[in-house]
Amino acid sequence: MKIEVLYFASLRERVGCDHELIEMARGSCVADVWQAGQAGQGGHALPGNSLCAINEEYAPLDAVVKDADRVAFFPPVTGG
Amino acid sequence: MMKSWITEKPLKPWELVADYEREVIARLPGKTGASAVFTGSMRDFNEEEGITGLTLEHFPGMTEKYLQKILEEAGQQWSLNDAIIVHRVGNIEVDDCIVLVAAWSARRVAAFEAARYLIEELKSRAPFWKKERFNDGTERWVESNTPRE
Repeated sequence: MKIEVLYFASLRERVGCDHELIEMARGSCVADVWQAGQAGQGGHALPGNSLCAINEEYAPLDAVVKDADRVAFFPPVTGG
Repeated sequence: MMKSWITEKPLKPWELVADYEREVIARLPGKTGASAVFTGSMRDFNEEEGITGLTLEHFPGMTEKYLQKILEEAGQQWSLNDAIIVHRVGNIEVDDCIVLVAAWSARRVAAFEAARYLIEELKSRAPFWKKERFNDGTERWVESNTPRE
């Protein structure tokens, strides 16, 4: 199944990529997506305070993804 | 009613509040006894001195969704006549307004508490990220917001 992966702010700069499409096996979770994408393949560990979203909703690292999901990784938010 | 939006253009919060309040009163004449407004602007210091500007990034789609979600939550918790959130993105200069939240209600408690809720929830949940620029040419991502006291 195809997953769209987005990286924001300092994570985007660290990974060197803002957006990619990757192929994942059924039953994969958010943490697997990090590992399979440019982040994990580039040897980057996901910082412990990172936040994740599936289809624009916050999601935990063990949330299972499905075909055509958009998975986002980003640092703690600092708006306002 | 209960609007939120993001803008790259300079924010004029007090003009915006005055214009919006006229709409609230026109819709509900005689029903609004209280308004509470919070504005957040850019300082030239944070953890260090010498900040000259910042870049504010957001997650198109998710940020708008969460601003609206936070407004709806406030509307469920307090009896509000209306409320708004407006947030700047892009290049920001010192003293520019970054964020405006405002709540209108019949009496003060709902407006005060809802406005506090809106800004605190925005700061902890809405996906925005600040990157500070310093007077020596360096840049640094802000790592976290100050917690609610």
